[in-house]
Amino acid sequence: MSNRAELTRRDLLKSGAALATVTLAPGVTLMTFGGSDAEASAADAGKRWGLLIDAGKCDENCSDCVTACKTENKWGAQNEHATAENSSQWIRKVTLKDKNTGRKVSAPVMCQHCESPPCVDVCPTGASMKRADGIVLVDKHICIGCRYCMMACPFKARSFVHENVTDQSVNAPRGKGVVESCTLCVHRIDRGRIPACVEACEATGNSAILFGDLADPESPISKALEQYPSIALRADLELNPGVRYQNL
Amino acid sequence: MRLILAILIALGLTGPVHADEHELWPEVPKATGEPHPEGNEYWRKNHPTLLLHDRDLALREGDRDIQASIGTCFTCHAVKDEATGEPVSFEDPRNFCRVCHDFVAVQVDCFSCHRSTPADPKSLAIRQMAGPDEPDSIAAYLERLKALEAAGEAAPTEASQ
Amino acid sequence: MERTIYRELKATPAVWLVALLLLAFIGAAGLAVLMIEEEGHIITGMNNQIVWGLPHVFAIFLIVAASGVLNVASISSVFGKKAYKPMARFSALLSITVLLGGLAILVLDLGRPDRLIVAMTRYNFTSIFAWNMLLYNGFFAIVGGYLVVQMMPGASKTLQKAAGVIAFTWRLILTTGTGSIFGWLVARPGYDAAIMAPMFIAMSFAFGLALFILVTLIIFRLDGRIFGDKLMRRMGSLLGVFAAAVLYFTIAQHLTNLYAQEHQGFERFILRDGGIYTTLFWVGHVLIGTLIPMALVFLRPSRGSTIWASILVILGGFAQLYVIVIGGQAYPLEIFPGYEVLEGFNEGVINSYNPTIYELALGLGGVALALLAAGIGAKVLRVLPTNLSDANYPTDG
Repeated sequence: MSNRAELTRRDLLKSGAALATVTLAPGVTLMTFGGSDAEASAADAGKRWGLLIDAGKCDENCSDCVTACKTENKWGAQNEHATAENSSQWIRKVTLKDKNTGRKVSAPVMCQHCESPPCVDVCPTGASMKRADGIVLVDKHICIGCRYCMMACPFKARSFVHENVTDQSVNAPRGKGVVESCTLCVHRIDRGRIPACVEACEATGNSAILFGDLADPESPISKALEQYPSIALRADLELNPGVRYQNL
Repeated sequence: MRLILAILIALGLTGPVHADEHELWPEVPKATGEPHPEGNEYWRKNHPTLLLHDRDLALREGDRDIQASIGTCFTCHAVKDEATGEPVSFEDPRNFCRVCHDFVAVQVDCFSCHRSTPADPKSLAIRQMAGPDEPDSIAAYLERLKALEAAGEAAPTEASQ
Repeated sequence: MERTIYRELKATPAVWLVALLLLAFIGAAGLAVLMIEEEGHIITGMNNQIVWGLPHVFAIFLIVAASGVLNVASISSVFGKKAYKPMARFSALLSITVLLGGLAILVLDLGRPDRLIVAMTRYNFTSIFAWNMLLYNGFFAIVGGYLVVQMMPGASKTLQKAAGVIAFTWRLILTTGTGSIFGWLVARPGYDAAIMAPMFIAMSFAFGLALFILVTLIIFRLDGRIFGDKLMRRMGSLLGVFAAAVLYFTIAQHLTNLYAQEHQGFERFILRDGGIYTTLFWVGHVLIGTLIPMALVFLRPSRGSTIWASILVILGGFAQLYVIVIGGQAYPLEIFPGYEVLEGFNEGVINSYNPTIYELALGLGGVALALLAAGIGAKVLRVLPTNLSDANYPTDG
């Protein structure tokens, strides 16, 4: 070290590098361990989960599917100053009247789990994702809460969590500042169970929501789609959703 | 020379994190249930990597057969409030994770979304693989649909489109 | 034209007062952000129907204007106009700080701004938003380099021109990207349009020049420097041309939309039935933002006309962006064409937006940050020219 009183650029660089090394050293030693081995994935690319909703069987006054979803995923609990506009809505019932004929019909609307989801295209971090089995999800670990996917969704399926959340369901982690939507009860599907809305609708006796594997030509849902006419919402966008509607 | 000394001291200061029980350490709340087979040391060091790795497996690939599921930690690692007997959440500094994480001043992001107290039995029951005899299993559901079709009731209402 | 001498801004009491005022606005924005982080976005007027609100209007204005502010430097280095050369350094600096201000608003409005590092390291390349992030970072680097090249004593004319061309090209790509954030949204009738990108380019020219004129004028006033009338008039007529370009693209967009039956609903909403949005469109955007400024600078060119035109272009720009960003979300999604929705969740209804003080504070804080950073840059670096007076106005470009 020199005896000069002034600080030269060299001194500054040396001490800067030293400071950086000293600060980083403890961190580097902490991060040197591996994780568990990858095991066979449960999201099977050979499957495509979907719903077929028969609006003809859907009761206008029934919203058991919505209630079941709320109970299952615990998004329904209202805070005092929340309004309808800033509360989450994973699934909703709509009642429609044909402008020309006056015919009334009702059906539930949720994330359509598109094959070409616009929300997945626009997500800057890749948090909005489509699983191998067709279920569209939000990876809330990397969602930054920019809400661009909400701008992009043609079905208004996504909700932004505007408030602190407590007492979440262990099967549906959700929190403030990230975007969420219908997960097709992926936590149930992965354990070989049917989604909550399907279960609830079956329990009413209407069985308006049919669940199954669209990729399996022998499944009840595929056979029903083959036999009877059905539509996709916003078919003009050619998103090929996994949720289709009959008698709408 | 002084530089080398400084680096050595810094590396040495990482010691307490690796060493076993130290006087300055917080009192880690005792867990219930079976201990992890790999031992506390392994889990203390590796839980961040395990959790981060396994969360991607679970979420992106649907692999639920994993080691580190944050949903089940609190089955054993719940800390109960003496007065009420209720498990304390992450808001409370007595929470299992808070005790160490407050000590080492490492922020955890998990509990803005994940629950930090034990889950109710019904939700936990869903997390088990469904047997074909359980009514909410896909297998049983498909059986019911087959039965309906056989009985000629599966056809949807007449299409008016 | 004499050789330009650049001198730093002097720290007079007036300058300190302005800095203090800007700091106060930044502080208010900081408080607003803290509260939003604590309580959640529920305290703002944004909700699940109007997803992007007033902060985004401010942010997009600043981002679009930033690329236009750089234009002043580009006119000298790319198009060789000598009169603009003295302003090139400050133009580069101001464009960086204005972009900084806009991005600050965007980042602080995120649901999880603590995850910015995630946004910086994980890119989904099908997302124009992700590309925009790369373009913004590139802008800082490239324009930073451009400023360095301009200020380097040994930089050759070729190097300066090369830096200028790269910066100009980059900013065109960046603004195309910003416009495409809206233009590439297939879901909403107000957005899905290729014209969004070139329209945003035209907007950037207009807003950027207006902002540059006003900021330079104010900073010159504070420092007792002369901004000559000849230069003002020239920049004023250029502003008029840019405002005309904006008007052209607006007309093209709406005429095209009106022709298509499927867009009629949205057009009727914006042009006639939208209440605040209709007013902002016709009075704010068309009248105040384009027609009156054009009339001022073309029919009565003067120093005063340029100043007023700049102010009006900026006001009109905010109105235009409010209509684009918020009007586009207020109009409902057409999920069930041919059906009237009797019951649902805000289906088929015009969504209302009531901005709160938090959003306004955040937006104004971003503007203040941009201006304060520009002031600090002008104080520390030699970027402000000393002679923009009429005596120094070049006769040959």
